[in-house]
Amino acid sequence: MGKYVIKRISLMLMTLLIITLMCFILIRMLPLAELPPGDPHTAVIEARREAAGYNKPYLVQFGIFMKDVFTEWNWGLSDVLYFGQDVSVIFASKLPATIMVNLYAIIFSIPIGVALGIFAALKKNTWIDHAISTLTMVCISVPSFVYAFIIQYFLAYKLGWVPFLMKSGNDFFSWSMFVSMIPAVLSLSMGVIAGFTRTTRAELTEVLTSEFMLLARTKGLTKAQATLRHAMKNCMVVVLPAIFGEFIAIMSGSLIIERIFSVPGVGSLYINSINARDYPMFTMLTMFYTSIGLLASIVVDISYGFIDPRIRMGSKK
Amino acid sequence: MEQISNSAKTAYESIPKEKFEFAQLDKELHDEKLETKTRGYFTDALFRFKKNKSSVVAAYIILLLVLFTIIAPLISPYTVNDKDAIYISSPPYVRAIADLKIGLFDGAVTRLSQNEAQYNYWRGIAEETGYDPLLRILETTETVSKYKGKDRISYFYKLQTNKYYDTGVVYRVLSYSEYDRILEYQNETGLQVIYPYVEPAAISGITDNPNLWYQVDAKGAAVLDKDGNFVPVYSTNKEIEGRPYDSQRIEGDDGSYIYSVRKSGAVQCRVCYYNYYTFVNGHEPFYIFGTNTLGQDLFSAIGIGARISLIFAVIVSAINLTIGAIYGAVQGYYGGTVDLVMDRIADILSGVPFVVVAVLFQLHLAEEVGSAGSLLFAFVMTGWISMSALTRKQFYRFKGQEFVFAARTLGASDKRLMFKHIFPNALGTIITSCALVIPSVISSETNLTYLGLVNLSTMAGTSIGTLLAQGQTAMTASPYAMFFPALYFALLLISFNLFGNGLRDAFNPSTRGVED
Repeated sequence: MGKYVIKRISLMLMTLLIITLMCFILIRMLPLAELPPGDPHTAVIEARREAAGYNKPYLVQFGIFMKDVFTEWNWGLSDVLYFGQDVSVIFASKLPATIMVNLYAIIFSIPIGVALGIFAALKKNTWIDHAISTLTMVCISVPSFVYAFIIQYFLAYKLGWVPFLMKSGNDFFSWSMFVSMIPAVLSLSMGVIAGFTRTTRAELTEVLTSEFMLLARTKGLTKAQATLRHAMKNCMVVVLPAIFGEFIAIMSGSLIIERIFSVPGVGSLYINSINARDYPMFTMLTMFYTSIGLLASIVVDISYGFIDPRIRMGSKK
Repeated sequence: MEQISNSAKTAYESIPKEKFEFAQLDKELHDEKLETKTRGYFTDALFRFKKNKSSVVAAYIILLLVLFTIIAPLISPYTVNDKDAIYISSPPYVRAIADLKIGLFDGAVTRLSQNEAQYNYWRGIAEETGYDPLLRILETTETVSKYKGKDRISYFYKLQTNKYYDTGVVYRVLSYSEYDRILEYQNETGLQVIYPYVEPAAISGITDNPNLWYQVDAKGAAVLDKDGNFVPVYSTNKEIEGRPYDSQRIEGDDGSYIYSVRKSGAVQCRVCYYNYYTFVNGHEPFYIFGTNTLGQDLFSAIGIGARISLIFAVIVSAINLTIGAIYGAVQGYYGGTVDLVMDRIADILSGVPFVVVAVLFQLHLAEEVGSAGSLLFAFVMTGWISMSALTRKQFYRFKGQEFVFAARTLGASDKRLMFKHIFPNALGTIITSCALVIPSVISSETNLTYLGLVNLSTMAGTSIGTLLAQGQTAMTASPYAMFFPALYFALLLISFNLFGNGLRDAFNPSTRGVED
């Protein structure tokens, strides 16, 4: 298992390095933002650019960039959006909002999704199952901004239960902040719930028809006992890694939802940095999104290995 | 023995020619027909697809939605470039249906807590232009307030007005030639476009409300006469008249009202916007889905926007299918080191988040190949990977089978083996995934357009994502501007996904014969 994990992680690091290099060079090839003359920060940014080797070959620039990042966690200075401020500081200040919203969404949706999936699988081919499956299908297909629209229009405008936009500020645990997060959390949840319902249902129906279930019943377990002890365990082989992956992905957030509900998070920062052509910011966020994506996939893979011995054994071949 | 056979032979050989006759001269000779019908792979898939009712329905809905993109711009008299400055964010309105008074397509907007002055204002518009904006009163509330020691009862209404009628009259500065053309138009059609002028002095100095043609108090509320009628205050001051008026006059005009005032080389008039619109466009407002914040007709805009999205998605799928199939075929067929190296490359490309790819392509290529072109590149860059993975899997499944060995023994080349023998077997799966790729392309394209990272509007004039983003900004004022594009989009995605799932099940041989 240890070998498997090391192999996966080293592969991932290699992939990440190559992607970073590609994106870095592509971003550095773009024309630099012009600095306002006379601004006190201009001199600082110019000095930093000089230090980052902006007029040297790209590979040298990349070397300097990597060195700065690893030795002093220096991602450069924002040159448009947050003029003269440290990119990593700005980023760190935006992360909590994204994490909070997505965390609530996950806490809210995973139990519901898994429960609905189990329910549908146990009632397979009844009207309950058909209703749940159809709803799941619809919920997966409909893009999140349609939910956002429905929620904003009905909950916020017609009924006035929740505010239109998320409250600004840093009091992430206050009640008013929680209420203002509800629309964003709900819009995010729909897709997640549907995804988990579908996975759980598909997996559990397959497990329920396998032969060891029959054996479990024959040896005298009740249906509930057999389902809980044998079917659920096997079903979780697929569901648990998906949950882990989802937890990693909470950091990346959703660009659209953050934009619609003006969540002061990473997604909005990313969109703004693109629109303002703030390349240092853009570089850092690109790295961030890439790493999160890779990390999520590797966590899913490794947890498969941990949960399911067959995969672990298979990797030794 | 030999003797007998010899004699038999001779007997056989000596049959006279006349004894021969043709067994079947006009009958066709063939094997007995098979009792059961043979069913090919695709016929079989079609057969099973038809059993899946929801997928069939989804297929028809897709057909309808595609037809909509073709027909909608033809039905609608507008193009995406027709933007009306007054009829913005307006509800659906079709005159023919609105006149039936069934509450549909009547341009209704709900107005809350309207007092009596405002109620009279709507009445004033109705009386002057003949278009009654007041559709229905939903609620009447009575409030009693103390005023100078006395109880005063005032009424508040919640009512619905027709957004197209309640604009009423607007001020317009017309050039002389346009003025003359309107007069001519009035004579021809009998529609009253220009209404008599009202001097601000006569309506308590109010200059920003062209709909006041009666006596008002300082706040602009109507001052009625004893019978509850409006008191017209049209101007008869010939000195300020801009241009003589010789056309039909409104009721009650003895020929003394003036219809325009001078305005440096042009004339200013009060024009009834509904009729003016008809004069300018040649037809009455005809907004089946209403208009958005720019005053575009949503019906044609959705049609055009969806058309570009659909065409785009089909092109992307086709390109990705080709690249992915070839890549996956090579990968799966050769296996080993080739597979490993190619897999690494695919892995790296798929590791870059799509937003990043799309944005980088936008920044680098948008100037050279345009926004749509660079988006296309971005989709092709990463889109083929799932397709190639799929093909690879199918190739691994089929390449060890006997028919492949047989073909190889017969001397078939690698290329022939790959694309003549193995590939057709994988085709069903690949086509299916194509049906699922189309909605995902449409979805991500719309997402990016919605976020403003990509702008397809320059190419087609609009796109679903642009319409949604515009609708979002004015959601409370005109929910239909968000509702209709969102509905179309959601329907499209749902039906494509249902259709794709149906196809997948139909092409999956393991479900064959399993019919419940």
